[in-house]
Amino acid sequence: MPETTVPATQPLIHARALTKCFGSFTAVNGIDFDVAPGEAFGFLGPNGAGKTSTMRMIGTVSPVTSGELTVFGLDPAQHGARIRARLGVVPQADTLDSELSVLENLLIFGRYFDLSWAESRRRATELLEFVQLTERAGDKVEPLSGGMKRRLVIARSLINEPSLLLLDEPTTGLDPQARHLVWDRLYRLKQRGVTLCLTTHYMDEAEQLCDRLVVMDQARIVAEGSPRQLIDKYVTREVLELRFRRNDDETDDSAHLDGRLEGLAERIEQLPDRVLVYTADGEAAAATAYERGLRPASVLVRRSSLEDVFLRLTGRSLVD
Amino acid sequence: MTVIGLRLARPGAIASRRSLRVLEHDLLVFRRGWYSYVLSGMSQPFLYLVAMGIGLGLYVNRNGSLPGGVPYLDYIAPALLVTQAMMAAAFESAWPIMGKIHWDKTYHAALNTPLGALDLLAGDLMWVAFRATLLSVLFLAVIVVLGAAASPLVVFAVPIAVLTALAFAAPIMAFTATQTGDGGFNALFRFGITPLFLFSGTFFPIEKLPLWLQPLAWITPLYHGVAAARSLSIGQVDPVGLSIHVAALAAVALLGLWAARITFRRRLVV
Repeated sequence: MPETTVPATQPLIHARALTKCFGSFTAVNGIDFDVAPGEAFGFLGPNGAGKTSTMRMIGTVSPVTSGELTVFGLDPAQHGARIRARLGVVPQADTLDSELSVLENLLIFGRYFDLSWAESRRRATELLEFVQLTERAGDKVEPLSGGMKRRLVIARSLINEPSLLLLDEPTTGLDPQARHLVWDRLYRLKQRGVTLCLTTHYMDEAEQLCDRLVVMDQARIVAEGSPRQLIDKYVTREVLELRFRRNDDETDDSAHLDGRLEGLAERIEQLPDRVLVYTADGEAAAATAYERGLRPASVLVRRSSLEDVFLRLTGRSLVD
Repeated sequence: MTVIGLRLARPGAIASRRSLRVLEHDLLVFRRGWYSYVLSGMSQPFLYLVAMGIGLGLYVNRNGSLPGGVPYLDYIAPALLVTQAMMAAAFESAWPIMGKIHWDKTYHAALNTPLGALDLLAGDLMWVAFRATLLSVLFLAVIVVLGAAASPLVVFAVPIAVLTALAFAAPIMAFTATQTGDGGFNALFRFGITPLFLFSGTFFPIEKLPLWLQPLAWITPLYHGVAAARSLSIGQVDPVGLSIHVAALAAVALLGLWAARITFRRRLVV
């Protein structure tokens, strides 16, 4: 059996009309996507959009209900074990073994992948170094911080030297410092040529890590492109955020805009706590708004983000 | 029944080489705390053996009313050997499996490797067999030291105990894979395991049970395990009876395996 089953030009993951149903509930509704070797590909969407179900199908642990899916050119239904042998998986929950030490968690995973104990130990030692956990090798897993556990799970997913790494919300629940450490390690893996496929509901994570992504909402893909392309296509360069003082009657002044923002922007989005004005020049729009007599409590001009793309596409924010 | 069990369970189909990795995992955990496994498994049956076999035995022996005139210690020793294997198997198939499926979800982590759901099942059944063997051998040593076995055939009580352990482990694992909390286990132990421990001919012959209860004892695996081990230990082996006991145990184990294959898949492959 040749090691490389996919020619370089063929996608590592190929999905057409991919669907997953649980009883009468449709978790993934006929999505199409391809992931090329060496790419960092993301699924961006809110909780319940179908990201995890998609990842579990790619990981061959959840049977495809209908549609087409190949991973490394292989059919998950036929060759699950062969596909998994070449995959690294970082699941949403850490699923570490609390009865084993940090090092043993890696060792036994190496054994699951049929490595010899010696080889497993060699790789485990190297990986603990890579995720900066060498000092904790002999410790139990439970006292580790959330960030450390996450890094250990990433180390565990690399024990079989996978060519494709699946990461389901790799930094959810981590503090900013821990997130940056995880991102840095994932970036290094990407530089080594590991294909990354990840889900996230953080737009900054998608922007940091993904070459290309799809936006998922309610079991479907609603947009696809690089972070920059999506922003260019769906939103303006800048966003002016206006916050208004809350009145006694629980309305705020934004309810009385009376069209005073008219013609100021390509698009205006009224959120419960603020008004978003999409425009090429935020400073100019702010000045005009002021001239027209608006007196917001705070004014912020920022670059637009994937969050805005998502809002534009679905009318809802990503993290609610 | 055995034939049907064999066909349905197709034991060959689950004995993938990969399941040995799961056993390795369990042995790795065992290596860290082997003493607790041994102590927790042995202390209770040992206390029963001393308190009832030697203490209570003084009174029982005075009447000399046990079948074959066996001393009470000799009567309950092989039964306790089998019972401790059953207890350990029942425990191992309940809470720890629940942890792997539901609480820690380490099964889910393992499923991301080439291992499959049935490898996990087979591997953890092998672990139960290992633990039952270890406890039984240690208990056998105690029996020999106390001179509580009349026949050298008592060594075959060990495989009987292991088979009994599997006859409990497989169906209980099947049950565990259908649960989402440990509430069911309390009921299982209170209304299942404990009554079996007391009324399966462990401490007194089932002929002393009310007539309507006796058929119930025949269909419980512990009764067959105890009867088989006892006949070997006291050296009064009836080949036909022994074969029936072994066949009954194997049938329950295979039926349990068949059920567990279904519930494990249903739970872990979604």
